[in-house]
Amino acid sequence: MVAFNLPKNSKITNGVSHKAGSDAIRIKTFKVYRFDPDSGNNPRLDSFEVDLDKCGPMVLDALLKIKNEMDTTLTFRRSCREGVCGSCSFNIDGTNTLACIKPISDVKGDVKIYPLPHMPVIKDLVPDLSVPYAQYTSIKPWLSNNNPDEGTERLQSPAERANLDGLWECILCFCCQTSCPSYWWNGDRYLGPAILLQAYRWIVDSRDDATEERLDNLDDPFKLYRCHTIMNCTNACPKGLNPGKAIAEIKRGLAKRL
Amino acid sequence: MSIEEIIPGAKSVRPLSPHLQIYSPQITSVLSILHRTTGVALTFGTIFLVYWLLAAAHGPDAFERAQIFMGSWIGQLVLLGVSFSFFYHLSNGVRHLIWDSGYCFELSVLRVTGIAVVVSAFGLTILTWIIAYIRAGLL
Repeated sequence: MVAFNLPKNSKITNGVSHKAGSDAIRIKTFKVYRFDPDSGNNPRLDSFEVDLDKCGPMVLDALLKIKNEMDTTLTFRRSCREGVCGSCSFNIDGTNTLACIKPISDVKGDVKIYPLPHMPVIKDLVPDLSVPYAQYTSIKPWLSNNNPDEGTERLQSPAERANLDGLWECILCFCCQTSCPSYWWNGDRYLGPAILLQAYRWIVDSRDDATEERLDNLDDPFKLYRCHTIMNCTNACPKGLNPGKAIAEIKRGLAKRL
Repeated sequence: MSIEEIIPGAKSVRPLSPHLQIYSPQITSVLSILHRTTGVALTFGTIFLVYWLLAAAHGPDAFERAQIFMGSWIGQLVLLGVSFSFFYHLSNGVRHLIWDSGYCFELSVLRVTGIAVVVSAFGLTILTWIIAYIRAGLL
């Protein structure tokens, strides 16, 4: 359902300000969404002054510096710090991206960091991803082949393999998923761009025999057709992939079957 | 499936992260919401078209009154809104048709076609009004 305002327990209040040391010259202010589930309080926006001369170049470097030196309770997901694990996805400066590959210098003014939009928040910048993970399971993201295993590789032509390019690189960071207004309003029934890109990845795989069942599963007014080609997904993808196009290809695949 | 089905009670203990409040307007989403807005506007605009046709069918007096209303500044303002809505919805509709054929999804092309749709909508609206004013002898 469309609800433009945040629920009562989600309204953001003013938080704590942390100052940089007096010797700092190049100061950047980071405004970070905080939510402590144990406090019973509403979420708040804390601000941290970071000395850029003593900080790495990326937004994730600043978050780690804040956690190490200013407030150890700051909670967020991170792992690879090079854009391949998909853990540190946040809303940074108004758009969803990975903190580890987002340069601080890209942001004019204060750096505002929120959790991925329109998701239930577990703590601080950590959203509950149970729903998208369950939706991912629903599209059966594994190879379905009717022929018995003959003990050899299932071969593909270079052209067949090329169909998977732009799809297999997805790291499930859900930047696209949570940039989509359709997913905000209908996330309980619409599968969303990340899951549909994954669905298409198996539909076009020449080794997969379940194409028809996969299309049958998606032929639904909500699961697939809540996509209105808004294209925020493609605009947000930090890996430069094109979920919007993948969804259009699924729609075309269904139209061709009629 | 909703979060409540997976983790009962989650909604009351987990706040919803901000969305519209914090997401920067994107050329993609702004043009999309404009498509929907102009679609809704056209639905209401149809009421005026139906009124005008009904008046024409009703007789010269009714038609005269309809013409006076449409020619008034408020009537012209409505027609201006309807004509812009029509041309924007038409242009962006063509863009949607191209998408549905599987073309023009590249990020750089998205921006170009988006700007083209806006230019086309304004251009066609202005052109229509110039022609209308010339034909009415007002220009």
